[in-house]
Amino acid sequence: MEGTTIGGGAGRRGDDVRSDCWVAVELTDSGGLQLEVKSRVGTLYGPSITKGLEDTLRALGIENARVEVEDQGALPWVIQARLEAALSRAGAPHTTRSHLPPARVLPPPGGTPRDRLRRSRLYLPGNEPKFMLNAGLHGPDGVILDLEDSVHPDQKDAARFLVLHALRNVDFGGAERMVRINQGSLGLQDLDAVVPEGPEMILLPKVETADQVRTVHERILEIQERWGLHHPVWLMPILESALGVENAFASAAAAPTVAALTIGIEDYTADLGVVKTTDGSESLWARSRLVNAARAGGVQAIDSVYGDVADEEGLLAWGRRARAMGFQGMGCIHPRQIRIIHEAFAPSREELARALRIVAAFEEAQKKGLGVVSLGTKMIDRPVVLRARSLVERAREAGMIPQTDKDLPAGEGDGSPEGGEESR
Amino acid sequence: MSDGKLVKNAAGRPVPTLVNGKEQVPYLGVGAYQPTGAKAAPPIRSCKDYPPDGDKRVPDLRTALEKCGLRSGMTISSHHHLRNGDKVGLLALRTAAEMGAKDLMWLPSASFPCHEPVIELMEQGVVHHIEGSMNGPLGRYTSEGKMRGMGVLRSHGGRYQAIQDGDVHIDIAVIAAPSADPFGNANGSHGPSACGSLGFALADSIYADHVIVVTDNLVPFPCIPWQIQGNNVDYVVEVESIGDPSKIVSGTTQITRSPDRLLIAEYVARFVREAGIMRDGFSFQAGAGGIALAFVQFLKEMMKEAGVKARFVRGGSTQYLVDLLNEGLTDYILDGQTFDLAAVASIASNPRHVATSPFTSYNYHGKGNFASLVDAVVLGATEVDVGFNANVNTHSDGILLHGIGGWQNCLFSRCTILAVPAVRDRVPVLVDEVTTITGTGELIDVVVTERGIAINPRRTDLLEAVKGSNLPIRPMEAIKEEVEGIIGGKPEPPRLTDRPVAVIKWVDGTVLDSVWQVEG
Repeated sequence: MEGTTIGGGAGRRGDDVRSDCWVAVELTDSGGLQLEVKSRVGTLYGPSITKGLEDTLRALGIENARVEVEDQGALPWVIQARLEAALSRAGAPHTTRSHLPPARVLPPPGGTPRDRLRRSRLYLPGNEPKFMLNAGLHGPDGVILDLEDSVHPDQKDAARFLVLHALRNVDFGGAERMVRINQGSLGLQDLDAVVPEGPEMILLPKVETADQVRTVHERILEIQERWGLHHPVWLMPILESALGVENAFASAAAAPTVAALTIGIEDYTADLGVVKTTDGSESLWARSRLVNAARAGGVQAIDSVYGDVADEEGLLAWGRRARAMGFQGMGCIHPRQIRIIHEAFAPSREELARALRIVAAFEEAQKKGLGVVSLGTKMIDRPVVLRARSLVERAREAGMIPQTDKDLPAGEGDGSPEGGEESR
Repeated sequence: MSDGKLVKNAAGRPVPTLVNGKEQVPYLGVGAYQPTGAKAAPPIRSCKDYPPDGDKRVPDLRTALEKCGLRSGMTISSHHHLRNGDKVGLLALRTAAEMGAKDLMWLPSASFPCHEPVIELMEQGVVHHIEGSMNGPLGRYTSEGKMRGMGVLRSHGGRYQAIQDGDVHIDIAVIAAPSADPFGNANGSHGPSACGSLGFALADSIYADHVIVVTDNLVPFPCIPWQIQGNNVDYVVEVESIGDPSKIVSGTTQITRSPDRLLIAEYVARFVREAGIMRDGFSFQAGAGGIALAFVQFLKEMMKEAGVKARFVRGGSTQYLVDLLNEGLTDYILDGQTFDLAAVASIASNPRHVATSPFTSYNYHGKGNFASLVDAVVLGATEVDVGFNANVNTHSDGILLHGIGGWQNCLFSRCTILAVPAVRDRVPVLVDEVTTITGTGELIDVVVTERGIAINPRRTDLLEAVKGSNLPIRPMEAIKEEVEGIIGGKPEPPRLTDRPVAVIKWVDGTVLDSVWQVEG
C-alpha cells in the first residue's frame, strides 16, 4: 500500500510490510523539526530512529520540516534511503553526499577481475530491502540490484536511493555487486546515483546496438572522473530482441569494459512471437549466436534465468546444457537456485581429474623442455592443454580444488585463453 | 496479587516466593530439586453413583456443570488439541458465566487466538486468572498488568507434573472429544473434528475432581481407541460442533519458501549428519514450524543417500513425518500432537504411528520420560544469549506472547539444537542476556542461524565431531557482533516495572523466572 498524508512520501506501509518503512516529509517555513515516529520496534530503537532522522535533516541543512515515519523494522540505512527519497519528492535540494554516514561496506579496492567466476548472479528487486540483507549468505557469484523490470515505474527514484544505500551498507559476502539500470536517459540517471558507490558491474537491459553500450560506458567514465574513481566498472549488455542478438558481436566489442554478454529469453521469445519452453529450443540459435559473439569479442557468455523455482531438476538440466553450449553462468531468481547452478556449471569429477592429469603432463613436458605433451600413449594437442588449464583454474576458483595445491605454474604468460586482460 | 517477596534463584533471576497465594520453590538448578511425598489423587468414587447401563449423557453442558457443583473460585481445565478451532474452552467458561460463577481459574494446556474473548470474561470478573500458555492477546493483557491473579506458565510436561503433584488442583475438567461413547471413552483420532491424539487431556481425566466429556461425534460403546477412559469420566455432553475442522488441522502443511529459513534448515540437517547423530537406529524430534519441517525434508534426503533409518521420530506430526514412516525411513512416530490431515489419517490407521501423552513423553516427576531418549531435537526461540540461555516466552520488548509448549521438556534430548534467524526485522535474536529465561544454557547445545552455527563450548564432543567439516561453525559472540553491526547497535532494554505479572515454571515445578509488567 502506498499513499501519503503529508508532502512527499516514500517507502511502504501496512501491517504486512517487513524490514521497510514509510517516510513522509513536508518542508515548512518555521516550527523547527517535528518528527512523528511509529515503529514496530519502537521500544528497542525509537530514540535511535529519531536521532538518525534529525542528524540527516540537519546535515542537509533542513531546519523546518514535518516528518512522519511508519517503521516495520527497517534497518538504519533503509530508513535513511526512504527519508532521502521522501525529501527528494518533497522538493528538497539534494546535491551532496557529505551528509551520509561513512559507508559500512567498502568496495574491494581495484574492483573485480574482468574474467572472474560468474556462474550465478542473483536478482534482487531494487525497491525491496528485505531480500538484500542476507543475499550474500547464499553464496552467489554475483548479486544484481535491479532498478529495471522489478521496480514499478512510479518507484524508480525511491529504488535508486535504496540501491545506493545498499551498496554502502550491505555486505554481500564475496559476491560481485552488479546493478541493472534502466534503458535510455533513466538509466543514465541511475548511473549518476549508483556509480559513485562503486558497483563492480553494470547490466544494460535491452541492448540492440553498440551505441547504447558506448553511451553507458562514456557516462560511467565521466562520473568516475568527477568522483575520482578508477577501478573498472564492468558492463554486461543484455540482449533481449532479435536485433540485439544480430548485433551481439558489436555489443561485445563496443567498449573495453564489456566483460560479459547475456540474454533475456523472456523478452527475446516475446519479440519473436514464440512460446518459451523448458528445453529452450526456440532460443537455441540466439543463445549459440551469443556464445560465439562473446567468444569472438573476448567476453564471457552468460545464460538467462530459469523461471520455475520449484523445478530443481529442470534447472539442473538447463544449466548443464548451457555449460555444454559454452555459457559460463546464468541468472537466479531465487537463492535456492544458486547451489544447483553451481553444480550444473561445475566440471564432473572425471572431467576435472582428466584436466588435472593433462596439466600435470604439460608441466612435466615444460620441465623437461619437451615440445610435445603426452598422456600415456596419447599426444595432447595444445588447445586441449589450454582448455584443461582453464577448467582447472575455474575449478580452483569454485573451491573444488584445495587452494594450496600447485597444479599450475604460477604467472605463466603463455596464452591462457581468457585471463590477464584486466587492463585491456 | 503477589504478597510474597522476591528472591534470587539459581538462574540469578528474581522470582516471587508466593504466587496466587501458594508458596513457591525458587529454581535450584537442573535436577537439583528433590520432590517428596505422594502424588495427588481425586476422590474415590463408586459405581453405585453412576448409571449401570453406562449412559452418562446429560442434556447440555450447563446441566453437567451444575451436577459437578460448579461454584465461584473453582479451577476449570481444557485442552488445546483443537488448536485455533477450539469451541469448547470458551463454551465452558461462558456457560459458567451464565450460571453466575466468578473468580474462576482457567487451566488450559495452551491457548490460541480463538481464546481472545477470555479477556472479556476476565474483565467481567468471571475468570480471575490463567495458568497455562498465554499466547498473543492474552499474553499482552497479562504483560500490561490487567489480569487480577498472576499468570503461571508451564511446559506440557510441567503441567502434567503440577497436576500429578497437586501443585494445581482441577475442580472440573472439560474435555473436548472428536469421538466419545455414552460411557465417556473418548479419542481424538476419529470423527469430523478429528485432531489425532488427546494426550494433553490425560492428566485432567485422571486427577480432576469432576470430568466432563464434550463431543460432536457420539458413537455406541465402545469408542476405540479409548485415549481417555470412561472410567474417569462423570458426564458426557453432546453438542453440534466442538470445533472448526479447518482450524483444527491444516489441509496440507507447507514448507517455508523463505530462502533464509531454508538455509538454516539445511545447516541443521548437515550438522546432524556431520556430527554423526544421523546413524542407523537414531531418533529425532522436529515440530511443525517452518524451519523444522524443512529440516526434516533435508535430513530425509541425507538419510536416503546414506541408507540410514531412524528407530523413532517424535512429533508434532505432519505429512512429512508420515512420509518418513511410509517410506520405511523410521520404524515409529511417537506423536504428541497431530497437525495436518495426512497425519490425522495416519494416526487413525497406522499402528506404528502412536499417540503419546505428556506423561510418557515429558513428565519430569516420573520414572524417566521419552524426551531424554531422543538423539536430536530442533527447537525455536525468541532470544538466545551468549551463555546459551534461551527465551521462548517474551519478546525483546518484554511482552509475553508465547507459551512454553513442550520446549523445556525437549531440552533433555542428547543434542538440543535451536534453529533461529540471527535477526528478525531489526530485532536481534542473539543477545547479551535473554529478557526471560525459559531454559538455561547448560541444556542447549547448538544454535543454528543463517550466519553460522554456534556450539556450546561445554559440548567439546560436538565441537570435535564437526571439526574439519565445511559447516560455518562460529563463536556465538562473533555472530552476535556481526548482527549488531547490521542493525545499528544493541537495542534499548525493555521498559519494565518491578511488578511480576507471571512466572515461568521449570519442569520440576520450581520458579525459573518472572515476567514483569511493562511500563504503560
